Amino acid sequence: MLVALYVVDFLAATPSTVKAAEAPGGARLTLQTVASYGHSPHPDWVSYLVKDGGGKWHHTTVFQVPAHSLVHVTIYQYDTATGLRNPFWSQVRGTVGGTMAVDGRTMNALNPDLASHTFAIPDMGISVPLKGVADDAKNQCSVAPCPLSMAHTTITFTFRTGKKGKYRWQCFVPCAASFIFGNGGPMQSPGWMDGYLVVV
Amino acid sequence: MASEALPSGAPAERSHGRRLLVIWGALTVVGVLLIVFVAGPHMPPGDFSQEARDQREINILLASLAVPVLFGVWACLVYIVSNFRQGEGALQDGPPVRGHSRLQVAWVVATAVVVLSLGAFGTEELLGSAKGAGGGQGPDPLAVPAGPKLQVQVIGQQWAWTFRYPAYGGVETPELALPAGQTTELHVTSLDVSHSFWAIQLGVKADAIPGSDNVTFVRPRRTGTFEIRCAELCGLWHGHMHNTGTVMTPSGFAAWIRQQQVANAPATRTLPPYSTHYFPDPQRRAG
Repeated sequence: MLVALYVVDFLAATPSTVKAAEAPGGARLTLQTVASYGHSPHPDWVSYLVKDGGGKWHHTTVFQVPAHSLVHVTIYQYDTATGLRNPFWSQVRGTVGGTMAVDGRTMNALNPDLASHTFAIPDMGISVPLKGVADDAKNQCSVAPCPLSMAHTTITFTFRTGKKGKYRWQCFVPCAASFIFGNGGPMQSPGWMDGYLVVV
Repeated sequence: MASEALPSGAPAERSHGRRLLVIWGALTVVGVLLIVFVAGPHMPPGDFSQEARDQREINILLASLAVPVLFGVWACLVYIVSNFRQGEGALQDGPPVRGHSRLQVAWVVATAVVVLSLGAFGTEELLGSAKGAGGGQGPDPLAVPAGPKLQVQVIGQQWAWTFRYPAYGGVETPELALPAGQTTELHVTSLDVSHSFWAIQLGVKADAIPGSDNVTFVRPRRTGTFEIRCAELCGLWHGHMHNTGTVMTPSGFAAWIRQQQVANAPATRTLPPYSTHYFPDPQRRAG
């Protein structure tokens, strides 16, 4: 009975899916990362959020995008830097041109110590390091969703989707504060620092 | 009481026994031949390396030894159910076997021979032969194969494998490529929790432990692809920690590594000096 309840609870806890906004030739995906979600059930957990076509932010990490299309991604990054344990992930991979733009500046790699999170889809060969906000930045955001008026970096990049499927994505920065090795809690929970890219 | 009510039937028992032996012998011969010649060449892990071939030979041997035991049980079960089933209207069980010392001795001896033989075989494989404990280490876990070796660091983390080639400027890639015919020295470690690096068709398996540098050797015999999996439950995306590795010709490998050096130049510049040990500060978290 307990096992059945656990399974039901696990399935019921699956995050909802948000469809990326339509854009010329594909889709536009707008995300934000926050140092702490600020609400129950885990107000102190680091997390991603996604914006729907109507401009509303959702706390989910399951994104739907079209197959064989360009996906233009914008990530508003509100968290400070943690640093990459493996600097391999500091390189931009799998995006169009192998680059990203950080606050308008085109880059193909980031100093590993400046990374706050990564947006990586291993099965699609995509990995983008996200530059953190300076530790001493003024006006830092502590409760999601964070407005653009607060301290953040803006990362944009484009990638091309392939065939239909469900691809997992995750952050490779051990960014879960107070968990051993930084890899528990939000790093192990879809809806927080990992989820699925549903290509339809 | 029951045995007194039934005839002893000694000649019939001998006939049943001979028939069972013939059935069992025939099944065993056919089964072993099928295992050795039909299933054997396709048994895991494969034949990409001598270690993999050795492991497959052991799998064939163990399966062949299991065949007579399995068919012995099945043959007895089916024969007895077919021939000694209680008829309609029967009110009592058949006679129990009591004090059949030859049967008891045969049972104990056969079982002991099987178990002790397997024990001796396993001990010899681990300690006495050149095959070693698996993973290519040889009979001595500290033994190092002679000749030049390509060093490759295998880095596990939640949830991906990456591979670093120190001899080529420390270039690191998510793909494992190895040259055929050359001994490779794999240094397996982890950046966070315990993982287990398992290159299935190469016959190589080594734990990836943070702070440890587990060394294993392999010499691929031919070109082709092989599977890599994490063999230790390591968290949410454990099932996604798989790659396809490639064994290339030496010239193909040289071309591939040049390609990787160019592709990974932006990241290679930022990589720290090669180290066989990673022991990250578990509290490294600024956010």
